Amino acid sequence: MTTKLLTALLLGTSILGSAGLAHAADVTLNIESWRGDDLAIWKDKLIPAFEAKNPGIKVVFAPSAPTEYDAALGAKLAAGSAGDLITCRPFDKSLELFKKGNLADLSSLPGMENFSPVAKSAWQTDDGKASFCVPMASVIHGFIYNKDAFDKLGIKIPTTRDEFFAALDKIKADGTYIPMAMGTKDLWEAATMGYQNIGPNYWKGEDGRAALIKGEQKLTDKDWVAPYEELAKWKPYLGDGFEAQTYPDSQNLFTLGRAAIYPAGSWEIGLFNTQAQFKMGAFPPPVEKAGDTCYISDHTDIGMGLNAASKNADAAKTFLSWVASADFATIYANALPGFFSLNSAPVKMADPLAQEFVSWRGKCKSTIRSTYQILSRGTPNLENETWVESANVINGTDTPEAAAKKLQTGLDSWYKPAK
Amino acid sequence: MAAQTRPKRPFRWHIAIFLAPAVLVYTAIMILPLAGTLQLSLFRSIEQHQVFVGLQNFSTLFGDPNWSVGFWNALRNNTWFFIIHMLVQNPIGVLLAALLSSPRLRFAAFYRTAIFVPTILSFVIVGFAWKLILSPLWGVAPHLLDFVGLKSLFTPWLGKEQYALTALSLVSVWQFIGIPMMLIYAALLSIPDEVIEAAECDGITGMSQFWKIKLPLILPSIGIISILTFVGNFNAFDLIYTAQGALAGPNYSTDILGTFLYRAFFGFQLQVGDPNMGAAIATMMFLIILGGVCVYLFLIQTRLRRYQF
Repeated sequence: MTTKLLTALLLGTSILGSAGLAHAADVTLNIESWRGDDLAIWKDKLIPAFEAKNPGIKVVFAPSAPTEYDAALGAKLAAGSAGDLITCRPFDKSLELFKKGNLADLSSLPGMENFSPVAKSAWQTDDGKASFCVPMASVIHGFIYNKDAFDKLGIKIPTTRDEFFAALDKIKADGTYIPMAMGTKDLWEAATMGYQNIGPNYWKGEDGRAALIKGEQKLTDKDWVAPYEELAKWKPYLGDGFEAQTYPDSQNLFTLGRAAIYPAGSWEIGLFNTQAQFKMGAFPPPVEKAGDTCYISDHTDIGMGLNAASKNADAAKTFLSWVASADFATIYANALPGFFSLNSAPVKMADPLAQEFVSWRGKCKSTIRSTYQILSRGTPNLENETWVESANVINGTDTPEAAAKKLQTGLDSWYKPAK
Repeated sequence: MAAQTRPKRPFRWHIAIFLAPAVLVYTAIMILPLAGTLQLSLFRSIEQHQVFVGLQNFSTLFGDPNWSVGFWNALRNNTWFFIIHMLVQNPIGVLLAALLSSPRLRFAAFYRTAIFVPTILSFVIVGFAWKLILSPLWGVAPHLLDFVGLKSLFTPWLGKEQYALTALSLVSVWQFIGIPMMLIYAALLSIPDEVIEAAECDGITGMSQFWKIKLPLILPSIGIISILTFVGNFNAFDLIYTAQGALAGPNYSTDILGTFLYRAFFGFQLQVGDPNMGAAIATMMFLIILGGVCVYLFLIQTRLRRYQF
């Protein structure tokens, strides 16, 4: 409603303007986003900070639901009613938009030099020549645990898989807490917080991911099936009726203090801090033997691009340059602990849980989710299939081998790695 | 000789003018989009250009296992969805209508309203409410079963491959049962008292009156309801989408044509939408529904006996 009203007002002003009554009207920029959770932060912190420095530009943050965002954005872009600034999903979704001419080329935008090539890789053409979104943040996977529960049961932070399962056994035997808060109803939890969380330790992060893209490794190889074997072992530690447990259910189970361990993405930190009444800690996915190199999923997750059809391109570029600045990075990383800035300038964060997560960048090797780059371009879509199969493995409907075989067969049907 | 040719009747403009608004509106919002969909399904986007490819999208849909497995799965699930509605919704609807029309029933208006209310609820409310009711964590379903000592019967229905679709079909039945009930109720009320009295004079009362007199008289209404159910079920999407998400889990066990179309047309997460394949699926849905309606119109409706009073 309000956007319609705004559009009407803007139309009105433009008509009046052409009638010769023009006076410096404020430019209004609309931001498309799937991060409805961040509405308050944008409204109260980020937008006022920007508007204070740039009088004459008004910014409106207009999010839609995460699962509907891509479809809604596509339809809006096609209809020409999309906002000026577009929050970019990483990789192909945005690349597709860029190729269709919906996103403007931002390679020469002032501020882009603040990002490393890795940070920009999620929003570049395959040859790396054109960048079309300003990287905003990445998210790191790991496990968040209930410190009070661990203290009470005398459990130390597990670093190896054996310790991890010993801890789960101990929590289960005690019975006060559900060992692990995760459900398979929404499917993506199983894939994102499960498979992509523990997987990098098996397939050695970037090495395995690159080999998979080159065709040197297959999803049916030991390193790629093993994470499924571990996932299958999680089943007894999940709560009753986990098959129908949704993502918000899992969040609530953990923040209400009923579960001890939560397979997490760092984006949870903000919400958990406000809701949980107990102390929390985090540990990276456990490795096989003490001393092994650890790998974490440090996934480039959010960027922001410019709608090529925007009527306020100059104002929007001013905004994007600000998004690329250290100013923005500091406000954003602190307002949204768990979304880690990709800016080269180090950002000071106050939140201890966020500090813990980001400290893994120093001791572990970072990678991104295996299915995101290139491999999800065809039909069947590898990412979506990974959701379904990860849930199947935990539910026990598919064996790890069967799941891996299905994924590889699907991938083989359209993906021919360049040899 | 008198002029044999009758004076030429002037063209009756008023007919065209009176028809125009309806025809224009219907064409703009129904016929054009439908034609557009059919057209889209014959094209394919190659290097950002729409290229005419004939029936290739359909041969992909049926020939490529990546598509055909999903399509047949969706069609099978959709058929089961429809069967549950026909077996549960419509008989119970008739039963409720028969009970409501009984003159001895008190608070009939209250029951009628109460049963009809879910129908006017938004499917989003229905989807989320039932998801909560059936939730193994906070739902009332496990507690209610516990009260009657049947806790062991509870399973996380929406998360189990073998139950999820049936559970959702029953939720949909719960939501839409008001429609057959109201239509049948109206049909029952329109049966003239003379017919009922004549039946009573002949000694036909109670149950046999319902089977022998009333049911034959409401058969045309039941036919209409069946076809409405058919069209509604094969176009269904909203309940599955709100309750299970676009991937219609677990393991595609609740995937119906509507959700399958949605994923193909708009894409989902990393899957990029393919409007052409989507249109091909939409065309198949159109043909399935068209086929069903034709079967009804030409084979069933013509054989239904109608009674004039």
